[in-house]
Parts: sequence; structure tokens; C-alpha cells
Amino acid sequence: MTAAVAAAPSASLIEALRARCAGQELVEERTADGMPTLWVPAGALRGLMRWLKAEASPRFEMLYDLYAVDERQRSRRAPGLPAADFSVVYQLLSVRGNADLRLKVALRGEYPHCPSLCEVWANASWYEREAWDLFGVVFDDHPHLVRIMMPRTWEGHPLRKDHPARATEFERFQLDEARAQREQEALRIDPEEWGMSPQGEDHDYMILNLGPNHPSVHGVFRVMLQLDGEEIVEAVPDIGYHHRGAEKMGERQSWHSYIPYTDRVDYLGGVMNNLPYVMALERLAGIEVPPRAQTIRVMLCEFFRITSHLLFYGTFVQDVGAMSPIFYMFVDRQKAYDVIEAICGFRMHPAWFRIGGVAHDLPRGWQQLVRDFVDWMPRRLDDYEKMALKNRMLQKRAIGVGAYDTATALEWGVTGPGLRATGCDFDLRKARPYSGYQHFDFEVPTATGGDVYDRCVVRVEEMRQSLRIIRQCLEHMPEGDYKARHPLTTPPIKDHTMRDIDTLIHHFLSVSWGPVMPAGESSAMVEATKGLNSYTLSSDGGTMSYRTRIRTPSFPHLQMIPAISRGLMVPDLIAIIASIDFVMADVDR
Amino acid sequence: MSLLEHSLIAGGLLGALAGGAAALVWIERRLLGIWQDRYGPNRVWPLGVGQIFADMIKILTKEDWIPPFADRGVFVLAPCIAMAVALLAFAVVPLGPTLHVAADWNVGLLYFLAISSLGVYAVLLGGWASRSKYALLGAVRASAQTITYEVFMGLSLMGVVALAGSFALSDIVEAQRGLWFAVPQALGLVIFLIAGLAETHRLPLDLPEAEHELTGGYHTEYSGGKFGMFFVGEYVGVILISGLITTLFFGGWLAPFGLPEAPLLWFSLKTGLFIGVFVLLRASLPRPRYDQLMGFGWKVLLPLTLANVAVTGAIIVAGAA
Repeated sequence: MTAAVAAAPSASLIEALRARCAGQELVEERTADGMPTLWVPAGALRGLMRWLKAEASPRFEMLYDLYAVDERQRSRRAPGLPAADFSVVYQLLSVRGNADLRLKVALRGEYPHCPSLCEVWANASWYEREAWDLFGVVFDDHPHLVRIMMPRTWEGHPLRKDHPARATEFERFQLDEARAQREQEALRIDPEEWGMSPQGEDHDYMILNLGPNHPSVHGVFRVMLQLDGEEIVEAVPDIGYHHRGAEKMGERQSWHSYIPYTDRVDYLGGVMNNLPYVMALERLAGIEVPPRAQTIRVMLCEFFRITSHLLFYGTFVQDVGAMSPIFYMFVDRQKAYDVIEAICGFRMHPAWFRIGGVAHDLPRGWQQLVRDFVDWMPRRLDDYEKMALKNRMLQKRAIGVGAYDTATALEWGVTGPGLRATGCDFDLRKARPYSGYQHFDFEVPTATGGDVYDRCVVRVEEMRQSLRIIRQCLEHMPEGDYKARHPLTTPPIKDHTMRDIDTLIHHFLSVSWGPVMPAGESSAMVEATKGLNSYTLSSDGGTMSYRTRIRTPSFPHLQMIPAISRGLMVPDLIAIIASIDFVMADVDR
Repeated sequence: MSLLEHSLIAGGLLGALAGGAAALVWIERRLLGIWQDRYGPNRVWPLGVGQIFADMIKILTKEDWIPPFADRGVFVLAPCIAMAVALLAFAVVPLGPTLHVAADWNVGLLYFLAISSLGVYAVLLGGWASRSKYALLGAVRASAQTITYEVFMGLSLMGVVALAGSFALSDIVEAQRGLWFAVPQALGLVIFLIAGLAETHRLPLDLPEAEHELTGGYHTEYSGGKFGMFFVGEYVGVILISGLITTLFFGGWLAPFGLPEAPLLWFSLKTGLFIGVFVLLRASLPRPRYDQLMGFGWKVLLPLTLANVAVTGAIIVAGAA
């Protein structure tokens, strides 16, 4: 495996964990990604987590991911694992120790109970609501366990294996008057339910629904506000309007045909989304990606980092009221997309990475296109600096607004530029170089204020670093294959099919059914445009995934909006929302 | 001047303003297009001029919806006030030595200040009668902003009045034959420009509308013709403030640099230039926060204005002595 994973599982940590729950068994599971994975008893969970967060060595500051799996239809479960109808998976991240840890809890029953971690990590709340909503796992002591993705009127828990996934398996959908009325009613908010009160002691508050359709919420996203004048007393973000069941679709698509779906998760990230997915698969299948393919992937990913950050830059400046810069930035984005289109054949959703490599070799003349772009862009970034970042009015709107420190960021699961703006230089490309990032010379930009302005400054500097990386790709593009020569790559190698019947059969099956991945579990994490993005894939030894978990950076980022916007004004909230740089499809999946 | 002449001028002026405001929509979009590296409306007729008519037809024939929860009477009244106030204030602006409705009126400038401060009623009532939260927030912002900026908008012009020795706008223009007031009253000019931006709710001081925060602010619930009246009112306001800057600080219809006299032409050119400045400001500046705007008004601009009046007065007195 070329891609480095987390620091090796520290045996002493596992020993310490065993010692802490003496008498109860901890089962270790081997996964293809090499991440230490332990099944722990539900009763010991909260104590272990507290210890891992506060005292363990290394300390796991961040609850990186939390999700459920419906285990009832597994046919190839590794022997020795505890019996389970459902399992809840906790992935912890130690930023200081640069280590991962995955804990699993086996649960039995139709509506199993699991202890809530809300009092350990602030960001557990939404993850647990999601697991309840999609799997029906009840988290005891959760302060407000209600649906988060699906509408309140939804029946059942859609990511369960027995829940239908296709329209043809449902009753025909009809929206009659009564149903429309019912759905409308369900959308009405009750401020009291969310801890907001319209009546104050001596005056009333205004309850304002910002969204789901609002010019500045970047998609369909609602923030319920309790306002005193224009001052925010309480804010409650509400998501789920963009939920498309991307994880469920992973269970219905072949390993190969799911790639285009990943493009549309963070729809500004393009092929950046393909990368963790194909990397997780390559780990599962043991595919070695040739250096040329890796470098092409890096180059394209950095192109998409630039286009995504440019859109952020433009919309951020626009949201604080300056209307022009976004037009200039769209011109630049178009220039980047011209290069991307010449290489991939598509602009925003190229679905261009393949298991084991990329779809094609680079086109003839790509060097000139890329060179033109990297020569063009730096001057434009200088212009924008004068136009936007150095503008005193913009600075007044952004400096000191929505600030948080590193500890708060880790508590809420913030990664990416939002974390680096607080002075923490955790960038996965440096911390655990994947896809050959270790060969590149670049810096990790950080800032110290952790406010709206610094988040913007960090992203701008990241664009410059991306240009640096692209230039290095241009100058040192290795020769060789653009896709691994491995039977599980797609489309499979065709060289010998007409001469060798065995190859022909495998080729035929691999093309018609898609490759069959060995049973097991694997994950891959990348430094995506908005933060850490990872795919965790469970294979039951079939042509499709048993469970596809997409951990997106935007989801936890939105969850912290209330914590940083109380006491500020509505325009500050708009600036904060803009500075988070999220995509609703990346939040809801 | 006879009554007939007055009526003709007034009628002509009304027509020109309504047409000008409509044309301004197109001009603004074309100018923004140029400054933002894009085309702007250039499809209908040569240079896209036909867009003016297309836009007007569109806005006037759109469904003019009154929300069932709104206060009907006031809801309809508000846009009428917006447009009427902007048009009425034009009565005192001289387009030429004889081409005006009441520029020689000895309280001309006071009349303008009085009328333009009525404009806040349009916004306040519109936002209030909509019975919508965004509209209400916009209305609250508008009244706070207008009160703040009203104070020194008037004061910023007192230097000009002191120098000209008259409130009549035709006298003020005549007083600039030697030197435009933009030179001795540069500070007054800047302050008046900022106050004018606030008065017309133009970006960067468009806080009552602030589409990124309040979706549409006070006119969120308006559509069709009534929205059109707010729209025209705003553009007439832009022409008005530009016309006043021309009149008060840049010699009005007087020809610059000893060029031949052509009152209407010079007035239009100068006014057009300042309209361009308004558009350029919109294209280039971000929007301050509401409390920053208030703070800037009360803590910076008001003291500056008072200082300007005091210094101007002192110099005049010193000169006379």
C-alpha cells in the first residue's frame, strides 16, 4: 500500500483499554485500513470515551465520526466478533498524536439502546440524531433525540436493510391536499421545543426562520433564530433538506458505478470526492496505484481545491455586501474548469478517478494548459487581496467575528481551514501523506485568530500552495501507467481477453457485474476542500457495498453555528455562515 | 413665467425622470457589466437598449400580489409615497437658468430636506404593513439609518448655504461662477455623498434592503407594479442626489473650464457622471454592519459636519472683518 495510514496501532493503548474494562471482553477486529478497531461493551462505552478524550496517550480530542450499521443481513462476518443486530461505530481522531481509533458497540434488538456521548463530546448530538433517524438506534440520555435528515412525518428508518430503496418498492407517491397540509404543518417550528422562548421577562423576542430558502444560506438550510432586536439570543440550525440517501445508494450500486455519486456529495469538490472512495477500495483490494496515476490525482484534486476556494472567496465577499469580486473569481474558475474539462471531459462532476487509477491518460498538450493557468492565477490572487482582504470595511465585518480556539474546534469536530485558522497546523496531506503528497514541497497555511477573517486568509493562502503543488506536478509528472494492472480495477484490463478464455470470463463478469471486492472493512481519509472527508466501506464479499459511510466535513461544521453566533447580530451570522464554506449536499449526503 | 410654462416644465420633468429612472436600470446593469468583466443586458436592440422597455413591461404586467396578512391600505400607500417623495423633491433642482419648477424659491434647500426626510415613511410603512419579519427588520433599520443620516445631511449643506448666502438653488448655482463649492466645501461634499447613499439605500448603505441578510428588507413582500414604484423611487432618488451634488458643489448648469454655455447639456453630463459614481460605489464596496453604520454616523460624521460648519462660518466672518 502506498498510501500511509494513521500511526501504527499502539499496543500499549489497547492494553490500557483492556485494563480499564477488566472483566469485560474487548474484541479486536482486523480491518483493511489498519486502523485499530475494537468492539467494546455498551456499558463501558461512556467511561472509556471520557478516558480516551481526557487521559489516554495519545489523547483523542475529536469525535471524528459516529454512525450505525445494520448487521442483520451480513453473510460474511468475521468469526469471533460479538453478535449484533446493529452496531454503532465511533471513530476518534487524535490531532496531536496523529492517530485514529475505531470503537464499535454491538447492539441487539429491533430498537436497540446505546448510551449517548453528548456529555462527552458536544458534536455527538447530531451524529446520534442521524443514527436514530436512519437506523432507529435509541441513544439513552440524548437531550433531544429527534429526526434530523428525514421529515418528521417519515415512517421507518431508511438506512436499515429492510427499508426499501427504490421508488418501485414504495406505494405510489401522491401529494393530495390533506397530505400537503400535513407536511406543511410538520414544518412549523415550535420554539419551545428547541429551547427558545418568544417571551422574555420584560419584552418579547422575535423568532425568525432564516431559510430554508434564503440568499445567504448556500443551499437549503434553515437556522431558527431567537432575536432581541437584531441580536442573536439563540440559534438552532436545521438540516436535512438536501438529504438524498447517498449512503443508501452505495448499497445499491456496483463498486464502480458508485463513483459518479461521490462527485455530487461535495459538489464543488469534483474528483476530490472520488479520491477517498477509490483509495478505500484500493486498500480493500490491495491495489497499488502507479505513480503517474497518483500524481495526476493530486494535480486534479488541487485544481478542485482552487475552484472550490475561489467560489468560497467570491461568495464570502458577496455575503458581506461586495458584489463584484465573485464575477472576477468566476472568470478564473472558468479558466480552471477549461483545464479540468480538457483533461476529464467534464467540468464539475467528472467522476474521473477509477479503482486503481484514473479514467484516461492526460491529453496531448496538457502541459501548456496547466502552465497557462498556474501563470495566470497568482496575479489575480494579488488583485483580490487588494480588492477584498485589504478592504477596511470587510475587515471590520470579519475580524474578531465568530472566533473560536483550537480546543473548541476539536470539541466540535472542526477540520480543514476552519481548524487551521485557529493555529493548529493539522493538514492530512502533511500529517499522513496519501497519494504521493510526501513528494511535494508545500506549506500548511495557518492563522491565529480563528475568526471569520482568518478562515478566509487561510483559504486564500491554500490556493497559492495548491498552485505550487500543481506546478510541481507539471514539472515532475512521472511516466508510466495511468491505472494499476490489477484484476479488480475498472474497467478491467483487456489485453489478453481475445487470447485467453479465463481472462475473457473474468473480464466479462467484471464488466457486467462489476468487480467483487474481498470481504472486510476499509476506510480512507483525505484533506478535502472543506476539511477531512472519509469513506468507510464494508464489503460482504459482493459486487456492492454492504455499508458505505461518508464522513463529510461540513456536517459537524454547521453544528457549531449556535456556539459561535450567540450574542452577535444577524449580519455577523451571515458572515459566519459564509466563512464556514459548506455545501448542503456535503452536509446531508 | 406663466402657469402654462410651469406646467410644461413640470410635466416634461416628470416624464424625463420616469424615463430616466427606467433607463437607469439598463445603464446600471451595463456599467456593472463593464466593471465586472461581463456583458450585462446587450441582446434587445442595439446595445441592449430595448431592455429598458422589456423590463418595464415585465414589471408592470407581473402579478401584483398583496399578501393576505398585510395591512392593505398602508401596504398600497407606501410605494406611492416612495415615488411621490422622490419626484416632488425635484421641483427645486435647476436644470438651467430658466428650466426649473421652483429653483428660485427662497427656502428651496430646506424644502428638499423636508421632503426627502418624508421618504422614510415609505420604507417604514411598507415594512410595517407587510407584517413580515424580514420586512419589519428592514423598516427598523431604515428608520434608524434615516434619522442618523438626516441630521448631518442637512448640516453638511450649511457650508454651501453660508457661502452662497441663500437657500434658493438658483442663487447657489450663480454663486459658483468663480469657483465650484466642491473646492471650499470638499468635506461637505463627501459627507453629503455618504448621506445621499444612506438616503437612497444604495449599496454599500443599503442596509434596509440588504438582500444577503434580510432577503429584500422592507420590500420583501412587494411584487409587480408596487415593487416597481419602490424601484423607480430609488432610481429617481439616485438621479436626485446626483443632481443635487451637481447643483450644490459642481456649479449646476454652469459650463466648466470656460466652455460654451449649454445649461441642460452640462447639467445632464455632470449628473450622469455622479450617477456613474453611485454605480461604481455599488460595484466596489462591501456593506458595513448596521451598528457600525450608526456608530460611524454619530461618532465620526456628525462631529466632522459640525466642525465643517464652524470652520466655514469662522472663515466667512474673518473674511468679512
